[in-house]
Amino acid sequence: MTKEPFNEMRDGGGAVRDLYRGVQDWLDQTPADVMALKREETELLYRKSGITFAVYGEGGGTERIIPFDVIPRLISAREWELMARGLDQRVKALNMFLCDVYGEQRALDEGIIDPSLVLLNDAYEPQMQGLQVPGGVYTHVAGIDLVRVGPDEFYVLEDNVRTPSGVSYMLENREMVMRLFPDLFRSYAVRPVDHYPEELLSTLVSVAPPAAQGDVTTIVLTPGRYNSAYYEHSFLADEMGVDLVEGQDLFVADNIVYMRTTQGPKRVDVIYRRIDDPYIDPLAFNPRSALGVPGIMTAYRAGNIVLANAVGAGIADDKSVYTYVPDLIRFYLSEEPILNNVPTYRCSEPDDLAYTLDNLKDLVVKEVHGSGGYGMLVGPAATKDEIATYAERLRADPDRFIAQPTLALSTVPTFVESGVAPRHVDLRPFILVGSETKIVPGGLTRVALEEGSLVVNSSQGGGTKDTWVLNE
Amino acid sequence: MLSRTADNLFWMSRYMERAESLARLLEVGHRLSIMPASADGTEWASTLAIAGCQDAFDREYETVGAQNVIEFIGIRNDNPYSIPSCLENARSNGRAVRVSLTTAMWQSLNSTWLELHSRRHSAESGAGILDYLDWVKDRSTQFVGATTSTMLRNDAYFFVMMGMLLERADNTARLLDVKYHVLLPDHEDVGGTLDFYQWSALLRAVTANRAYHNLYRGALQPWRIAEMLILRAEVPRSLLSCLVGLTEYLERLSDMYGERKECLRMAKALHADLAYQPAEDVFQRGLHEFLTDFIQRNNRLGRQIQRDYLA
Repeated sequence: MTKEPFNEMRDGGGAVRDLYRGVQDWLDQTPADVMALKREETELLYRKSGITFAVYGEGGGTERIIPFDVIPRLISAREWELMARGLDQRVKALNMFLCDVYGEQRALDEGIIDPSLVLLNDAYEPQMQGLQVPGGVYTHVAGIDLVRVGPDEFYVLEDNVRTPSGVSYMLENREMVMRLFPDLFRSYAVRPVDHYPEELLSTLVSVAPPAAQGDVTTIVLTPGRYNSAYYEHSFLADEMGVDLVEGQDLFVADNIVYMRTTQGPKRVDVIYRRIDDPYIDPLAFNPRSALGVPGIMTAYRAGNIVLANAVGAGIADDKSVYTYVPDLIRFYLSEEPILNNVPTYRCSEPDDLAYTLDNLKDLVVKEVHGSGGYGMLVGPAATKDEIATYAERLRADPDRFIAQPTLALSTVPTFVESGVAPRHVDLRPFILVGSETKIVPGGLTRVALEEGSLVVNSSQGGGTKDTWVLNE
Repeated sequence: MLSRTADNLFWMSRYMERAESLARLLEVGHRLSIMPASADGTEWASTLAIAGCQDAFDREYETVGAQNVIEFIGIRNDNPYSIPSCLENARSNGRAVRVSLTTAMWQSLNSTWLELHSRRHSAESGAGILDYLDWVKDRSTQFVGATTSTMLRNDAYFFVMMGMLLERADNTARLLDVKYHVLLPDHEDVGGTLDFYQWSALLRAVTANRAYHNLYRGALQPWRIAEMLILRAEVPRSLLSCLVGLTEYLERLSDMYGERKECLRMAKALHADLAYQPAEDVFQRGLHEFLTDFIQRNNRLGRQIQRDYLA
């Protein structure tokens, strides 16, 4: 795929598209020094409020802010409507798949997906087999990464149905732009995003366990302040008005989960947990985990609490299962997928592996179980040595990898050293599933700040933008 | 509220208060060491004693002197008793419970922490030390201001205030105990010039020099200073004043929770012992014995609060 990337601001002839005309006027009218000042102000504001994330592998206590680009990314009402329908459909199918995997396993029996791929997968959780979760909801919060390659061409790059993060940036970036550029904001009819925490809370409460008595007690469970997304955990707890707890604050007695409070133990019903499965219960999983709560899995299996997202949900966003999602949509919903997958080569299959090895310099190769851009190869940007080293890893354990063509991700205008220039972006909208499905119009736009770079991950030097979904 | 949240709030303000106390302490040391005829070393040894880090200091340094002590307590961040460590701990406790802080409080803690590095750096150059200590005191004052003017008067607030008051009582008691012994001359030679400087420096350490003149109008008398810092409820850093606050917040907490705990009884007992104690009794028993006893009881009170609410 070597065609020119789709430029969201300008058409093929370089003329500004209607959607971006207001942005262009604003860029033309705002003096460069004012813009520079505003951008400095942004950085200062983010630091001051401590909106930071930790970078793994840089030693303890490293706090960075994710670079924020002040030029908003625009999405028209029509484009959003298409995306939202596709997201709703996809997440519905993913939940049905999870319900099925941990229930009847129809998709496996009927050969839609290879049973060994599911049942022998590390992300499959045997302890969930046969457990009925309220509302049949396994992924209450999903973040689906979309990329755009043409006017109406959107692909799903990956599904995140375990503990997707980044929603706090969606909200903080909006705050920031409204504060810095009220005139620009006013000139567009931008749909609001700031009700996300309310929607999240009502989603969580809507799937409370039947055993919950009286008011539903909902909490956010965090690994603690050294986690890279701690800011987001505390932000969401704060905005929802619920307690932010760590494993040590909870205990289980008679299969009921309690939190330790200054007024004694208090019963907990719904846990929005941002701790990964292996660490959530040292009795059930990793015995050395100090982050989790001993016995919480038995309380969960007894139906006394709801965990969001459900344990074992990861089987649905495993990158080897990803390639089957379009088939799963057809199987469960009898509908054609609205959003397509990026064409993907499964390195576990000999033909695909051979193709991948021959074309490494043109492909993006990812670890099936990896996340956050760690351990991936971007062929066109890699040196010969890097490619050779990666090829060895690939040959040694092909099942662990998938490969995709380097997509021409769409570009949007971004501030860089030399002024305003197009940079590649993706989009992560957040889908909430409870008794109904809700999608707040917007998402996290991630931007690769280096020229030509396609890697948007914040851990790899990517930045973020405010995303404006417009009214008609 | 979560016990751990309460614990973090309690320690956040304790550490902030401790940073401020250390800054005041170093300021006094600095002031005394530039006095004419200052006996080199004694001020700094007592500074270490008050800060409770004599042993840790001795493991790292050969001689007790201005530069070493200032570096150890004021600048270094690998010494758990230092100002940078306290500010760091205050912030990290605060960060753990951001949800319970107001924006103003968090921003105060966080900007202190962000500025700390450059401030420490300029203090290291020597002459900057007094500016640096002023800055630490300013930041603490600003934090308390942000707290009292923006925080809801609920249990979270009570825990913040209790941490501060418990720490403050401990600091005043230590300061008085150590300095009183260093300063009280062998012969009854009170009133000399050197003496005056020293006592006034001690009052400055607790920002009570103006208060003294306001309350007593006259020459600085060691026993009056002790009486003031122990028994006068009007003086914000006096032991009695701290206990008045502690008792009040524990009462309000008990009312709010509808349950009275052991720590309230202990606080009231300690409060009563101070409030109804004639100054002469303190001196008759021996000031040192009195203060040692107080420090122990204050510590026990802290541990009981911990047991009753924070664990």
